[in-house]
Amino acid sequence: MPFALLKYAARSALKGEHAAEAHFRWAPDLKPAYDVVIIGAGGHGLAAAYYLATRHGITDIAVLDKGWLAGGNTARNTTIVRANYLTPEGVAFYKESVDLFRELSNELDINVMYTERGHFTLAHTDAALNTARWRAEVNKHMGVASEVIGPDEIKRLCPTLNVSDDVHLPVLGALYHPPGAIARHDAVAWGYAKEAMRRGVEVHTETAVNKILIENGRAVGVETSRGTIHAGRILQAVAGSSSVVAKMAGLKLPIRTIPLQACVSEPVKPILDQIVVSGSLHVYISQSARGEMVMGGATDAYGLYSTRSTLDFKESLMAHMLELFPFMGELKVLRQWAGMADMTPDFSPVMGLTPVENYFIDAGWGTWGFKATPVSGLRMAECVATGRQPDLLKPFALDRFRSFDLVGEKGAASVGH
Amino acid sequence: MKIMTCPVNGPRNIAEFVWGGEVKSSPDPAACSDAEWTDHLFLEANTAGVVTEWWLHAPTNTWFIAQRNTITDEILDTMTAETFFARRSETLT
Repeated sequence: MPFALLKYAARSALKGEHAAEAHFRWAPDLKPAYDVVIIGAGGHGLAAAYYLATRHGITDIAVLDKGWLAGGNTARNTTIVRANYLTPEGVAFYKESVDLFRELSNELDINVMYTERGHFTLAHTDAALNTARWRAEVNKHMGVASEVIGPDEIKRLCPTLNVSDDVHLPVLGALYHPPGAIARHDAVAWGYAKEAMRRGVEVHTETAVNKILIENGRAVGVETSRGTIHAGRILQAVAGSSSVVAKMAGLKLPIRTIPLQACVSEPVKPILDQIVVSGSLHVYISQSARGEMVMGGATDAYGLYSTRSTLDFKESLMAHMLELFPFMGELKVLRQWAGMADMTPDFSPVMGLTPVENYFIDAGWGTWGFKATPVSGLRMAECVATGRQPDLLKPFALDRFRSFDLVGEKGAASVGH
Repeated sequence: MKIMTCPVNGPRNIAEFVWGGEVKSSPDPAACSDAEWTDHLFLEANTAGVVTEWWLHAPTNTWFIAQRNTITDEILDTMTAETFFARRSETLT
């Protein structure tokens, strides 16, 4: 080591300048009671804790997780952020998420590597093109940049994509959404955890909630693997296990748990700047900052509480992927994984108040959870703090199914399901 | 390749089958409340463990009953709907 560098070490040791700071301030023990207990230390739960602390002055919070920090679906998604949904309710909601994502690195003082890439939803049929036009009009009306473009323009913007006629299903057009972005999923969760913990929020991992204590229709606490704790209010944010946890609170949800598989290729130099999705071919792809091609498809054909991967998935994915990007034939699959997705009948989340007093839910995140991390945290924090359903969440209330007010977001699901 | 045994057509590739969801009994639409009806339509037990479900062998349009473990992804048993409901009514009486 050059001798001159020692002065920095000395300054750090003597004056505390440039001292390394621990990212997370872990609390060793559980307290007997908290104002708010959040079940699930993933992106959504941690974001809710952060916004409760910063926007509502509530810091007496415990975030509990059976596993480790952000080790569930936060670590198992394909990190795409977009707002080009189909329904006005959905567009307004995800637009706020995109707005929050854009400022997130500054807000959390961590680089979440938010990168706007441009998002292409390819249409291979007239029906898909009609849906694309519909989405573009709803998007523009709501102030979200989206337009339908033809094959020539697609080719100009995304030269690696094969738009020739010499394939099973030629590309007829695309819904082009320039703000479509990717972000570093771990950094998002870590940033929220770090800043929440800095303000006094406790995060307890490897702490399973085994029972939810309810007295006279009111949630009062939880029994955990490390003892019983009382809670003024409880928020569940446990994608994949939503039905299992809600059952402990006596609730039945409009959710089926279905695996969603994904994989990445070996890393290569930058070749694909855009995010490309084909609903008809059930594939989507983007290239990560590391150079890996991140690929996914539709959810599995049947429900399962398992994160196993299958050959069927990869075969059907690659068959279509090779048509869109023939160069992919040169690449090997490096890693594969699956997440357990909460699928709802209307492809929209279930958020807000529940029939159990002081028990709040953030579920039904299917395949669209990561992109909603900031907005769901912000609005669920508002919901928990005020005890009222925020306007933005009203369309997504659990009781919408009782009145048949479904949101109908299937046309904008990233791929057909 | 995962294999499912259709009670009529024998062991076939799982890709030939369509998941139909849990077996649940429908409330009497004329007698039940609106809430009971919408709950029946939309709410799911979504059990983590052994489940009894409707499945369809699509090429032959054969609906039947399968028992699966949703944690281990094992198909435990398959039977015709006739067998299933006959057994169920035996256990009920």
